Amino acid sequence: MGRKILLDKVHIPGISTFKVYRDNGGYTTAEKALKTMLPAEITEEVKKSGLRGRGGAGFPTGMKWSFLDTRSNNPRYLVCNADESEPGTFKDRYLIDNIPHLLIEGLIISSFALGANTTFIYVRGEFKPQIGILNRAIREAYENGFLGKNILGTTYSLDIYVQSGAGAYICGEETALLESLEGKRGNPRLKPPFPAVKGLYDCPTVVNNVETLATVVPIISMGGDEYAKIGVGRSTGTKLMSACGHIKNPGVYEIELGLSMEEFLYSNEYCGGIANDKKLKAVIPGGSSVPILPAHLVTLTAQNTSRSISYESLSDGGFQSGSMLGSGGFIVFDEDACIVRNTWNFSRFYHHESCGQCSPCREGTGWLEKVLHRIENGEGRMKDIDLLDSVAKKIEGNTICPLGDAAAWPVNSAIRHFRHEFEFHIEHPDIVKNIKHGSLEKYRTKNTKPRTKNTEITESL
Amino acid sequence: MALGYNIDHKLYQPEGKEVRFTDEVLEKVKKIIARYPEGRQKSALLPVLHIAQEELGGHLSVDVMNYVAQLLNIQPIEVYEVATFYTQYYLEKTGKYVIEVCRTGPCAMCGGEDIADYLERKLNIKTDETTADGLFTLRRVECLGACGYAPVMQINTEFYEFLTQEKIDQTIENLRARANEEKPKDSKWVEKFF
Ligand SMILES: Cc1cc2nc3c(=O)[nH]c(=O)nc-3n(C[C@H](O)[C@H](O)[C@H](O)COP(=O)(O)O)c2cc1C
Ligand code: SF4
Ligand code: FES
Repeated sequence: MGRKILLDKVHIPGISTFKVYRDNGGYTTAEKALKTMLPAEITEEVKKSGLRGRGGAGFPTGMKWSFLDTRSNNPRYLVCNADESEPGTFKDRYLIDNIPHLLIEGLIISSFALGANTTFIYVRGEFKPQIGILNRAIREAYENGFLGKNILGTTYSLDIYVQSGAGAYICGEETALLESLEGKRGNPRLKPPFPAVKGLYDCPTVVNNVETLATVVPIISMGGDEYAKIGVGRSTGTKLMSACGHIKNPGVYEIELGLSMEEFLYSNEYCGGIANDKKLKAVIPGGSSVPILPAHLVTLTAQNTSRSISYESLSDGGFQSGSMLGSGGFIVFDEDACIVRNTWNFSRFYHHESCGQCSPCREGTGWLEKVLHRIENGEGRMKDIDLLDSVAKKIEGNTICPLGDAAAWPVNSAIRHFRHEFEFHIEHPDIVKNIKHGSLEKYRTKNTKPRTKNTEITESL
Repeated sequence: MALGYNIDHKLYQPEGKEVRFTDEVLEKVKKIIARYPEGRQKSALLPVLHIAQEELGGHLSVDVMNYVAQLLNIQPIEVYEVATFYTQYYLEKTGKYVIEVCRTGPCAMCGGEDIADYLERKLNIKTDETTADGLFTLRRVECLGACGYAPVMQINTEFYEFLTQEKIDQTIENLRARANEEKPKDSKWVEKFF
């Protein structure tokens, strides 16, 4: 059993309400922080914890906070990124559904540490039920004196607002998110200046992921040094993994970083192995944007050492034989899955979601989609494979925001590890044209049972 | 001022209809605008467009967008550019229930494409079309952040998970039955979601 510090209480009935959360020790950490700690001390604990951003990039949170420009006289903002749109990722939704007050408590402590008096939670527009849950939790926090003017009799005041997006993956990128929050199209900004200096309304701003901010609660509760003992090396703490695809138990799991891939994928406590007892073909371990790992590199690295779920181990071998932890969106493919089709699907996604500002991304993602579509449909040519590789390489590193890279990496890695599948498509157009993909009958499995299905939340709103 | 705009070779123009929130909703919209600092009222654009779409006819006509521009004291073009960027704003008339089936990788590999195809056959429409009775619009959308419960779809604000053909049949039947008796919502929903 790995240690749980975020989801340890989700099984308690009613934990999504203020009362039950409070009765189970909730908001005591916010009390401790506001009444007995200085903002700088909180940041110091977060630094010591080694916490790295859980939104995908893994940037050290304490360091990000310490970049916040505190000399300017402008107001400062904290913005919580709840845009969760990376294919394969559904952990923030789970956290909000089940224990929304943990996020609100994390926001109170973090806002206090950063000296922010207004905090926004930017939630993707499709998450209407979650917006309802958050608004209810916020209202309860106001009613109980944890938000508003002079919280708990201190001089500190804080307002939290939920802002709804409207359907755009790119708004998860932090500067696109800020543009969207200002009522504009989600076009990422050129950096520098970074949000820490010039963010929302040109004021110093910190943008953090939902899970990152919720994790601040256990960190302040147990202390940064204690937290740093959990996990492995520079991958401290626990991580929410959202597992999907062809596995027996899809769902959200909190794991201690350093858990072996073998155990996560095959033990009954987690994914439970491949659905229908098929063989494994590949895993994308960190959301659609990270490189795909073929079966032989999933549980082992290229050096034959055991691979585990940590920032370092997953990227062991670089892009040649490794991948990335990313957002923790764990997508599993069984032996019958078609890598070409999935790569085409993801390229279509990135083309659709490109904001269109930079030519390499706007045009390149379109080309990737088009060429992959023709290979997938049995109309490809051998030189298309190298064409794909070269288009992808021309996008990578040449764009304003990392969406370009995110579109390129899956293509590069799919070709690197599954070139034979691309070649097969080109050599056997007749076979390829007649394959029925991902059909319901084939993948609906009797033994697939979600461990972490959403509870009665939507009805109880 | 008769402004219109052009997208995908289609010219959208105002019909000159008078559109307006009810006083109750307007009150709530003003509260949302007041959240943002002085001079930053444009920040309310995304939420207000959602509310306008819901309250003023189910899609964003040019008249509705011009009204929103006037409310927020910004240029109509600032509203058009946002309305055309985000996929949740509908520029054309939609059915009462907008069915959005996820078509992205994790859902697609677990039968998502079958589900969307089945709905096309069942409702006798193509993706992006609306049934003749005005009840259903079918769309294929990108990852809904629920991949572990694949295949998934969303109908207005509700989520449906682990879809099968039987579940679809059931859901469509329920919605058809509900369509007539559904009460118009009061303005409380604005507070719940915005
Ligand atoms: C295209 C793109 C999409 C992103 N989507 C999300 C997202 O949905 N949620 C998120 O938390 N971070 C997302 N990010 C990462 C954010 O830009 C940012 O790094 C993150 O919110 C910072 O929070 P963290 O340090 O707590 O991880 C995305 C980045 C890119 C380039
Ligand atoms: S890389 Fe793509 S999504 Fe990012 S700013 Fe450029 S065009 Fe927009
Ligand atoms: S791929 Fe369908 S919800 Fe994520």
